Amino acid sequence: MSATTKKTVLYCGVCGMPPEYCEFSAAKKKCQEWLSSKYPEEHERLYGDAAITEKLAQTNLSEDKAAKEAARMEKAMSKEEARMARELEKKMSSRVVIKRVERNKRKCVTSVQGLEIFGVDLKKTAKNFANHFACGGSVSKNPQGQDEIVVQGDFSDEILELILKMHPEVPKDNIEQVEEKKSKKKAPGAVGA
Amino acid sequence: MFKKFNLQETMSGQNSVKSSVVRGIRTKLVDQFPELGPYVDEILPKKANLIQVKCKDHITLFAIDNEILFFQHFNDPITPTLRLLHQFPNILPHVQVDRGAIKFVLSGANIMCPGLTSPGAKLPEKSLPVDTVVAVMAEGKEHALAIGVLKMSTDEIKTINKGIGVDLIQYLSDPLWKTHLD
Ligand SMILES: [Zn+2]
Repeated sequence: MSATTKKTVLYCGVCGMPPEYCEFSAAKKKCQEWLSSKYPEEHERLYGDAAITEKLAQTNLSEDKAAKEAARMEKAMSKEEARMARELEKKMSSRVVIKRVERNKRKCVTSVQGLEIFGVDLKKTAKNFANHFACGGSVSKNPQGQDEIVVQGDFSDEILELILKMHPEVPKDNIEQVEEKKSKKKAPGAVGA
Repeated sequence: MFKKFNLQETMSGQNSVKSSVVRGIRTKLVDQFPELGPYVDEILPKKANLIQVKCKDHITLFAIDNEILFFQHFNDPITPTLRLLHQFPNILPHVQVDRGAIKFVLSGANIMCPGLTSPGAKLPEKSLPVDTVVAVMAEGKEHALAIGVLKMSTDEIKTINKGIGVDLIQYLSDPLWKTHLD
C-alpha cells in the first residue's frame, strides 16, 4: 500500500473539539487546563505569547469593538460556568429511586428511576440488569412521563450493589430504596404475618 | 441535519454490508467526490467490514471498527463525516469562513454569504457549482469546522453576497460528532 495519508487529529479531552477550537468552547478554562497538563507543547503553541500576538494581528475588529466583544464573551462564559455549577448541584441533589412494586402476593417488579440524570444509558443498563438477573428488563415510561428501568422480580438490593459497582459516578447517598405495596393492608399489624 | 440526533433512540438495527455493495459504494463515492478518489483504498478498502447502522428519519450511518465514516439521508449521496474529513482533509473542496462566523457555525447556523467573502474568508479559485458538498474551514484554524452543501455556486456567493451560502450538514460538537458506536 502507498504511504499513509491519514492524519491523526488531537481532540480536546474536555469539549471533544480540536484544541484550536477550545476558545469557542463553553468550558474554555477547563479545556486549557486539560491541554496544558496533557500536551504542554500544544498548549504553548495555541495559548503562548506568540499565538496571542498573531491572533491580535489577525483580528480585523477595531480595538473598541474587540474590547466589547471580549467583555461579552466573558459574560457569556461566566453564565455558562454558573449553569454548569447549577447542573452539578442538580445532579448532586437528585435521587435514584429503586422501588419494589408488588404485582400480586408472590410476584413483584423492581423499578429504577432517575439514573439518566447521572448520564447512565438506560437501555444498556436495563439489558445489563436483565442479563445479570436472568429476567425481563426494559425501559418504560412511568405515569409521570419519566423513563425508568423495570426489572421483573425482586432485585432491590442486588440492583443497588450493581449500580454502585458499574456506575461509580452515582453517589451512594443519592440512591434510595423504597417498597410499594399494591393495596394498603386493612389493619396493619392486626394479623401476624 | 444532526442538530437533534440520538443514536440510542433512533437506531433501528445494524448489519454488515456485503462486499459487492461495498464496491458499489466505493464507485459512488469516487463519482460524487472526485477529490476522494486517491484515498478510497485507504478509507474504504474493498474487503472492509463495513457496518451499516439504520436510524430513524431515513438516516443511515456507515462505520468501520466503530468509527462512523459516512452517513446517508434517504437516497442522497453518501457523505463523509467530519471526523473522516479531519483524517483526510483533502477529500472535499474547501471554503473558509472568517473568524467572526466560527461561533455561529458552532451553534449550528447556516453560513451567510458575507461570512464567506470577507477578508478572513476564502473561496476556491475554481468555481464550485450549487449543491457541492464542501469542507468548511475557518480563518486561522487548521482543521475543518463543518461540512456543508453550497446553496448557490461560489461565483454567485461572490456576486450576490447576501443570504445563505452554505447549508450545514455537520459541525463540530453536534450530536453526530458526539456519537460513538460500541
Ligand atoms: Zn476543549
